Amino acid sequence: MKMSNMRMRYGQTLLELGEEDPRIVVLEADLGKSTQTFGFKSRFPERYFEMGIAEADMTAFAAGLSLTGKVAFTNSFAVFALGRSYDPIRQDIAYPCLNVKIVGSSAGLSDYGDGSSHQSIDDLALARVLPNMTVLVPGDGEEAARMTRWAAKHDGPVYLRICRNDVPSVIPEDAGVLEPIVVREGSDAAVLSAGIMTARALQAAETLEKEGLQVRVIHVPCLKPLSDEAVRNAVAGVRAIVTAEEHSVIGGLSQAAAWALRGDGRPLEAVAVQDVFGQSAQNAEVLLEHYGLTAEAICRKIRFLL
Amino acid sequence: MNAEGLKQKAAQLRRDLARMIGPGVPGHLGGSASIMDILTALYYGEMNHRPEDPSWPDRDRLIFSKGHAGVAQYVALADCGYFPKEDLATLKQLGSRLQGHPDMHRVPGIEMSTGSLGQGFSVACGMAAGMKLDGLPGRVFTVVGDGELAEGQIWEAAMAASNFHLDNLVVILDNNEIQATDRISATFDTHPYPEKWAAFGFHVIELNGHEFDEILDAFTKARANRGSGKPTVLIAHTHKGQGFPFALDTAAFHNGSMTPEQYAAAVGEVQA
Repeated sequence: MKMSNMRMRYGQTLLELGEEDPRIVVLEADLGKSTQTFGFKSRFPERYFEMGIAEADMTAFAAGLSLTGKVAFTNSFAVFALGRSYDPIRQDIAYPCLNVKIVGSSAGLSDYGDGSSHQSIDDLALARVLPNMTVLVPGDGEEAARMTRWAAKHDGPVYLRICRNDVPSVIPEDAGVLEPIVVREGSDAAVLSAGIMTARALQAAETLEKEGLQVRVIHVPCLKPLSDEAVRNAVAGVRAIVTAEEHSVIGGLSQAAAWALRGDGRPLEAVAVQDVFGQSAQNAEVLLEHYGLTAEAICRKIRFLL
Repeated sequence: MNAEGLKQKAAQLRRDLARMIGPGVPGHLGGSASIMDILTALYYGEMNHRPEDPSWPDRDRLIFSKGHAGVAQYVALADCGYFPKEDLATLKQLGSRLQGHPDMHRVPGIEMSTGSLGQGFSVACGMAAGMKLDGLPGRVFTVVGDGELAEGQIWEAAMAASNFHLDNLVVILDNNEIQATDRISATFDTHPYPEKWAAFGFHVIELNGHEFDEILDAFTKARANRGSGKPTVLIAHTHKGQGFPFALDTAAFHNGSMTPEQYAAAVGEVQA
């Protein structure tokens, strides 16, 4: 299977954007080697702001840069980019609706080794609750690149969630970044999946096909805005629905979908991190298995509902 | 405008401020009064700005990091002609452009929405950095409170201002010595100021924030510091409630309500 890496493609796309658009500025909080903004630093040092380990200041500083017409990208691990910076994001970016892109790297459980302090299972909830915010969750490297480009052109706050590790490339390259994407057809059940869980949902659909079940897989690239109509259309005609995300079951895709489908009546289940913090593990797969974020977990939920 | 003219203008703006807040309604009178003289000297002297063209690229910018004193900025902006003075009567009413803390999208001349303390200074730094990138002639002034200095982000921003050599940035510390609940020294002591700011790489200028000769002299010194590679801080020794005897040097008027008698005194016979 073809693999890709979101942070590599993000870093490369930032460089391309830097060439194309002199308004692009990049802010970093001493994690540029990891977030892959160092390429931009080498090429455009005058437009690169190393803010030190001061994420809150970085975020508000970016708001100030945007007020002079710059398109500012702030970078850190997701847990710090959003959590540590929540007040500046709320007060200085979302409320005045400024043109700042918050890029949360090593998101979800993807920083498997560093443990809970470095893992973000709450970033989507924090980003979604803010008016004016667009919340983008790529499923592979190319989608991360497309979303980076989209964010640079969009005039307004964006949260972009970036996985640390190599992931299967499963999202159609001609897909847009806002609307749910049917990546596999099926009429028995539907999986609404975000981020790296779409690849797992596709695996689950293949397994269940051998059992005679046709499972539709819908990748949800944009968690906000996400219209009720888009979700309802995406799951039209199936008998059961499962959501899948590498995030707490609170505040992310699971709740967004449940709300969109209120009153629908069809069985609905979630594959997500339960209301617990993460921990260290020897690799990402072990950690994802421990928290039940696997193709098999999706299969089990669908079998149970049907 | 000379020092005497500024003094008269500041007295008028204080009357406008009291009238805008009104009797019997909580309002941030104390911390607005402490910065009013400097604010007057900025809008009627030091700052290059065009009320008829609020987004003029070459303008100087002013951000109230202590956003609660943005009400002082409202009266100055209205007086300068940024928006109709009649609108001052709508302060904090539903649908008003004049929110309890300033909203940049509702008020021409407000450069940034502020209110959460410790944030506006960081934004001012980013703005100054962006203006440097573009080679703009303007400067960024930002007003921070002495109580606000307890916010850790203030010192992150101070380090950033120094690190990025933002000599187009002028921080004005409204050192009125009183925060929301009590005196700074009795609440959370953020002193000493000159030593702290100097240690963070700032060009430090101290002044009496109610003496216009000193204010104008401090602005002249701050202007001369451009090109030094160092940001400037004006440590302005002020009095909370200055010009309103009933509100002078008391935390009661951080966000207090005037009695009818106090109101009458405030709008009628404000001392400069």
